[in-house]
Amino acid sequence: MKTETGKYMGTKECGHITASSTPSKGEAGRTGDWRVKYPVIDNDVCTPARRGKPSCFICWSFCPDAVISKTVPLIIDLEYCKGCGICAEECPTGAIKMVEEDRS
Amino acid sequence: MTKVKENKVQSAPNVSIMTANYAAAEAARLAGVQVVSAYPITPQSPVVEKLMEYVNDGSMKAEFVTVESEHSAITVCISASAVGARVFTASCANGLALMHEQLHWAAGTRLPIVMAIPNRSMAAPWSILNDQQDSISQRDTGWLQIYCRNNQEVMDSIIQAYRIAEDVMVPTMVCYDGYILSHTMMPVEVPDTDKVTAFLPDYKPHTVLDPANPQNVNPVTLAEPRKNADGVLCHGYFEIRYLLQEAHLRAVEVTRETGIKFGKEFGRPYGLYDTYKCEDADLVAVTLGSIGSQAMDAVDILRDKGYKIGVLSVRLYRPFPALELSEALREIGCRGVAVLEKNVSYGYEGALATDLKAALFEYNVPVFAHSYCMGLGGRDVKTSDIEEALIKSHEYLDKPAAEQRKAQEWINCKL
Repeated sequence: MKTETGKYMGTKECGHITASSTPSKGEAGRTGDWRVKYPVIDNDVCTPARRGKPSCFICWSFCPDAVISKTVPLIIDLEYCKGCGICAEECPTGAIKMVEEDRS
Repeated sequence: MTKVKENKVQSAPNVSIMTANYAAAEAARLAGVQVVSAYPITPQSPVVEKLMEYVNDGSMKAEFVTVESEHSAITVCISASAVGARVFTASCANGLALMHEQLHWAAGTRLPIVMAIPNRSMAAPWSILNDQQDSISQRDTGWLQIYCRNNQEVMDSIIQAYRIAEDVMVPTMVCYDGYILSHTMMPVEVPDTDKVTAFLPDYKPHTVLDPANPQNVNPVTLAEPRKNADGVLCHGYFEIRYLLQEAHLRAVEVTRETGIKFGKEFGRPYGLYDTYKCEDADLVAVTLGSIGSQAMDAVDILRDKGYKIGVLSVRLYRPFPALELSEALREIGCRGVAVLEKNVSYGYEGALATDLKAALFEYNVPVFAHSYCMGLGGRDVKTSDIEEALIKSHEYLDKPAAEQRKAQEWINCKL
């Protein structure tokens, strides 16, 4: 699309003249490939998974990016997880392990 | 019975005697401003006091938000403009400098805020007196800048500023010299409220912050364009800033059209600049603000002495009408230009001089241009000071081109 001065821009169709976004998943971007470690839950050790009913959820309450679901079993959304490791640190049963990203 | 000739009653123009500060406040009221936030600073305080009076007595249907600093004042203006209100503020000198960071926010968010600036010197040392260093120092924040020569121009330019700003979606400063205009009474024709309302279309914001339709204005924006969550490719920082530059360039034409339209509606047409006795001028004094009025007196005196000198007062400083100024000087056919201004870009010369020289070079206008600094910190600029500068430059007219360069000179410096 051409701008007022006849130059091609490419982003004019977005319909804004400044930066704006709406509250939605991924608004601030996905984590990308810079994460060093990612969390893996062992459902044989995780309390809610083992008992088969809602309980504990300490990792859910501590996750600063709110990427852990409050479900049985828990699901971590690795699309947005930054790999900070707080969940693994806080898990009272040691059910969450941080695993190195495969860089190969 | 003798037939009595029907006497056609013509409504007399509503002329009041007022300072530029009161003219600025009155213009904001006439423009239907809905939110005012400002923090008092000399010599701007009467603007704030008058607006508070208007809001208090109900003659202005606006919200006046009192704040603890200029930084907060402009932030309130930004927020109010982003929810769709027509907004006004005023500041100068160190108060304006305190706004600096938010001035970039206002321009980057493309909010058509209008600010009155009764120009005052920047500390240090402390001075409450006039020069134009304060607004010139905000030149590159992305705001439009209009400079006024008298109180009528302040009234008219603030009204026009809303039309211009809301067309190109760029905030606008209307600058006038502190004390020389801000505290000096002059006759000012006050336009009719209904006519001003008709002259200014309703403000249509490009983005409205509304709780019913939540959005984030100015999220972190990366260097490259990026798709949003809906898959739409959005601007990177670079594109957004280019759009601001494009709007500035378009504002030259919008300002010109607005000045013409204002003339048709109110009988006082405005241009991007104004000339006085330039037709046969060998030398032209180029100025900014009230020096433009004073230089007319100096030119009258010099013309009586046989000097062919004219005055060109720049009204629109940002965007800089480089083509229009160059063509005006080419058409006048002058051989030299003396730029008289109350600011300096330390380490070089006056800001207007630099801009004008660049324009003359770009459009290949064969004239010399000299830079004169005067009136900093309220140092009185006497008509004789302007005469002195113009005579000095006049002496270069007949020199060979290679010898027409003159270093910047500070007039009436008593070191």
